[in-house]
Amino acid sequence: MNYPILPCGDCAVTVQVGYEISEETNRKVVSLMRALAEAAIPGLRELVPSYSAVCVHYDPEQISYEQLLERLNDLEIKELSSESASQKIVEIPVCYGGEYGPDLAFVAEHNGLSPEEVVAIHSGGTYLVYMLGFLPGFAYMGGMDERIATPRLASPRARIPAGSVGIAGGQTGIYPLASPGGWQLIGRTPVKMFAMEGETGRFALSAGDRVKFVPISEEQYREMEGEV
Amino acid sequence: MMEILRPGLLTTVQDGGRMDYQAFGVPVCGAMDWISLAAANILAGNEWDTGALEITGMGPAIRFEQDCVFALAGADFSATLAGQPLAPNGAWLAHKDDVLEMGAAKGGFRTYLAVAGGLDIPKVMESQSTCLAAGFGGFEGRALKKGDRIGLREPQLWLKGLPQRMIDPLYDPDAPVRVVLGPQNEAFSQQGIETFFESEYKLGVQCDRMGCRLEGPSIALKEGRSPNILSDGIVMGSIQIPNGQPIVMMADRQTTGGYVKLGTVITADLPLMAQKRPGDTVRFEQVTVRQAQAARLYRQRKLKNLQGELDRFDRW
Repeated sequence: MNYPILPCGDCAVTVQVGYEISEETNRKVVSLMRALAEAAIPGLRELVPSYSAVCVHYDPEQISYEQLLERLNDLEIKELSSESASQKIVEIPVCYGGEYGPDLAFVAEHNGLSPEEVVAIHSGGTYLVYMLGFLPGFAYMGGMDERIATPRLASPRARIPAGSVGIAGGQTGIYPLASPGGWQLIGRTPVKMFAMEGETGRFALSAGDRVKFVPISEEQYREMEGEV
Repeated sequence: MMEILRPGLLTTVQDGGRMDYQAFGVPVCGAMDWISLAAANILAGNEWDTGALEITGMGPAIRFEQDCVFALAGADFSATLAGQPLAPNGAWLAHKDDVLEMGAAKGGFRTYLAVAGGLDIPKVMESQSTCLAAGFGGFEGRALKKGDRIGLREPQLWLKGLPQRMIDPLYDPDAPVRVVLGPQNEAFSQQGIETFFESEYKLGVQCDRMGCRLEGPSIALKEGRSPNILSDGIVMGSIQIPNGQPIVMMADRQTTGGYVKLGTVITADLPLMAQKRPGDTVRFEQVTVRQAQAARLYRQRKLKNLQGELDRFDRW
């Protein structure tokens, strides 16, 4: 591979695969992640993907900086095609409007649409998970239709329940845990974005996944509550 | 059990950190000062990264409900056990109902209280560290409060070398903090990089487990460069410069960030940053990755030697 490798202290490097937010750059990130996982380079500890880079954590007692650079430069990456990179589609059930989506009416009004049209547009698209960050399990997703873009609330709410699905500008996202926030809430999912089972954590989404929102009723919401 | 009679400024359970979940946005957390955590655990006869109480600024008062060996390592909090003064770095036997009283930090900002045999705190995602931002891990996902009672896993009644199980400080807290350039040093002007390494910076009031905001001469970007980048991974010690003033990202940092990073504080010197308090000053010194790795190895060898000495230290 011939991507720039930038030092991040003495235990990590950043591999810069591009400089933009795009599906193509995300494919490069995912391809690099897979190539690194397959190469199983001794001493590599943790890979942290982002929009256009992968932060590679390593143990300098097992592999020196120079050895790491050599192994990374020798790495052969099979670039994924647009089809194979986006095979995994994660369906996220969402109960839109009502008490779960108190801002659905505002989003509709702001865009000159009916609430039903907002739901149809939001659940009609598929969204690419570029990266996770900000909070455990929070996915930065792209691909929202501009017709439902809405600015953030003028004053943020003190507490937004976990699972809330919101819109902020041209972005949509899911709150993985209860937190303060200024997103326009249009619905809520009963699916947990992350769960701690015993010692290990489980996460609904990873970088490179595609998300599809599936409208459900309040009754279905209550039935599914607690599932992961 | 240990009962918290007074929690102090900020007392949390921390271990070596929560690795392997950063790709899912989970902060690493863990001890701010890895050397003092390791030293406390070595003194207590534990594995280096065993969960301990991280004590900040103003210390707690803790009552031991059973006999047990415990250790302290880090800044001097003028600790007393049942009224008897304790050295800043050492291990002792506490008897049932003894009270450990700690005051304000001197010569540093944090210390670690390790109990021989470990704390009975469940692991979450393979770590005992408290994640304050998301409210999980450690003791109920939060800082300790008055009345909390913490279980002990395998309390020990004696360790080799007691009551002389003590050590000297493991690093010079006033030494310059060494930094490796990157990942975005090319965004800064040569003048800007010189300013950073030639000036003294003061820790602002906004210094906590997430990061240390520094105040000093403004660090210039190259002409026309924005301080914003596409968010990418940040590590402990990453030096973000959003508006000319540096922020050193620490244990509770978010996993990714969107500001240019001039450099990274080297692993060996993270404890120096962790022991600074608001108002203290810091100077930075540039080193290569190779030098940084050698410095890390040097600190680890020192800890290993210490462990070897204590293991041989048998007065019986």
